[in-house]
Amino acid sequence: MSVFVDETTKVVIQGLSPTSQGLYHGLRNRSYGTNIVAGTNPKRGGEVIEGIPVYATVTEAVEATGANASFISVPPPAAAAAIIEAAEAGVPFVVCITEGIPMHDEARAFNLLARDFPGTRLLGPNCPGIISAGKCNIGITSGDIALPGGPVGLVSRSGTVFYQALYELTLKGIGQTTGVGIGGDPVPGTSFMDVLAAFEEDPETRAILMIGEIGGSAEEQAAELIRDRITKPVVAYIAGVTAPPGRKMGHAGAIVSGTHGTAKAKMDALAAAGVTVAENPTEAGELMAEVVAKLG
Amino acid sequence: MDLYEYQGKQYFARYGIPTSPGAEADSVEEALEVAARIGYPVVLKAQVKVGGRGKAGGIKLAAGAEEVREHAAAILGMDIKGHTVHRLWIERSSEISREWYASFTLDRSAKKHLCMLSAKGGVDIEEVAASDPDAIVRRHIDPVEGLSAAQAADLVARAGLVEGLDEAEASSVSTQAAELLVKLYTCYVEGDCDLAEINPLILTTDGRVHALDAKVTLDDNASFRHADWADMAATDDMDERERLAREKGLQYVGLDGFVGIIANGAGLAMSTCDVVEQVGGEPANFLDIGGGANADQMANALEVINSDPKVRSIFINIFGGITRGEEVANGIVQALDRVELKAPIVIRLDGTNAEEGRSILAQEAAGRILSSPTMIEAARKAAELAGEPRVRTGGTSREGSVR
Repeated sequence: MSVFVDETTKVVIQGLSPTSQGLYHGLRNRSYGTNIVAGTNPKRGGEVIEGIPVYATVTEAVEATGANASFISVPPPAAAAAIIEAAEAGVPFVVCITEGIPMHDEARAFNLLARDFPGTRLLGPNCPGIISAGKCNIGITSGDIALPGGPVGLVSRSGTVFYQALYELTLKGIGQTTGVGIGGDPVPGTSFMDVLAAFEEDPETRAILMIGEIGGSAEEQAAELIRDRITKPVVAYIAGVTAPPGRKMGHAGAIVSGTHGTAKAKMDALAAAGVTVAENPTEAGELMAEVVAKLG
Repeated sequence: MDLYEYQGKQYFARYGIPTSPGAEADSVEEALEVAARIGYPVVLKAQVKVGGRGKAGGIKLAAGAEEVREHAAAILGMDIKGHTVHRLWIERSSEISREWYASFTLDRSAKKHLCMLSAKGGVDIEEVAASDPDAIVRRHIDPVEGLSAAQAADLVARAGLVEGLDEAEASSVSTQAAELLVKLYTCYVEGDCDLAEINPLILTTDGRVHALDAKVTLDDNASFRHADWADMAATDDMDERERLAREKGLQYVGLDGFVGIIANGAGLAMSTCDVVEQVGGEPANFLDIGGGANADQMANALEVINSDPKVRSIFINIFGGITRGEEVANGIVQALDRVELKAPIVIRLDGTNAEEGRSILAQEAAGRILSSPTMIEAARKAAELAGEPRVRTGGTSREGSVR
């Protein structure tokens, strides 16, 4: 088992063209074993690119191929519209890796989905995507760093620390059920809480590795959920222990304002909820190895 | 991007939000011209992006030309919390009857916009929030639905802005305040602001509501649909390293240590700083070359790091996803050809096309850079090369020293 995607997932790549990021990463996803069934491009309906049939709209692609997931990597000005198009076409799982979408576009798209398309889950934007080890990889994660077989579910706000954490687990011989990169943007479609709840439900996931970062309060909210509802062991690492207050560390999400949003506050909240807290990604892998050894 | 007060007020004016007549001045002579044009008495306000201007002597009232001359000379060039004043905003002085607070921003936990309105304005709103939280009225606004006139009127009523005014004035003032809130929301949304804040929002003694200050943060991600924003981008308050990095489109934050850091992604860049510190080194900077960075970006990043005289070693930590290993390697090779690097490089390269990247480096940059298989080992090596590592007490760093 895995969460959100598995070997039955059929993916449509939105905004497919011979030079698009979507094609580059889509082909990498396909060689990983992901079932890429279609692409969309209003100007290229009817074409076939690298063996992928292209349709003018997502609705047509879904009708023709039964696609049940979409992959969006179009540039920021077009990304919110692409998310909404996927939702309108009834796609239940939408992965958007686009970085740099204006906050207001993102906030509108999220709330429109919540109100009018509750059947659609958005992952991202500005995330690495999702990898169900050995089954399905949608996004920009290099598939060879994941190890199939479980028992760990990984969820991360940071993209590159997501890779680092996957890799630390793999180096220690610890497999993953699913790795989910939720992204560090201000309004993520899928939250820590959504993924933690899904891992709690998934019988093959027996331990959870959570990667947070400074800024906002998503980790504190997750800590509450873990305390109240998650029975599986959780190990966590928060990036940005040494970040100075008041400075944006690369993107708007990662900022410490006053005493709010510090790594320390998040680590304390998680520790108080019974989470094993690591100081760096390598230690997170080591601590998870101890947890997994105890699972028996 | 944070705007100066004068830019914020000019931005507000585009959306019909009332402000006092005024203009900016960069010299005593200009200040005198502006003051004469708008009419006395005037207020001279230091334009720096930091709070506490009043206390520092950066805001002065002037009844006539002599006082303008005196205050402008004193404020221009003044240092306010490390920011040098290069510009004044001069506006007609207002007769204040009441001071309020109004703002719009995103509430990330609710995933909706948040309006905050308070009858207690003119002071630090965080202090009000701590000492008298009920004095701030909050309302979430659904980004799809927007803010209606009725909701704005309700906010004004709940905040008690017009309490104690006679009936006729209360009605006029309520209407003005509610209209202003709707305009401020429009500015916040259509103007692509992360924050639109007025503190204080004032009621004048002759019954008019207007913005006496402006704090606006623009969402840099939306700059593609606001061509005019380029004119407002000020770089004069950044340190030299940060200015250079921004010009090259890199995310850079200067720190105080000796290990120059380049990583891809904000999270990994922060994590790299953490790990360097945990093994006894001190990061000189945070630098995120961004997702999908190409060879040119990597070369630019190395140039920026190289311009920092404090840097004694450079740690390049790349985990390829959308960023491709061979691009990173090519960038390093380019940079080695383009600039004389003053510090040794340690690199850790994994992820997308890491093999290709490593082999390019082995062929083209052999002997000039050190390669390390893991993030922690690379951090240790970089800290060691930077020398004089601090011995960390506390934390869970398991090595006291890297030597």
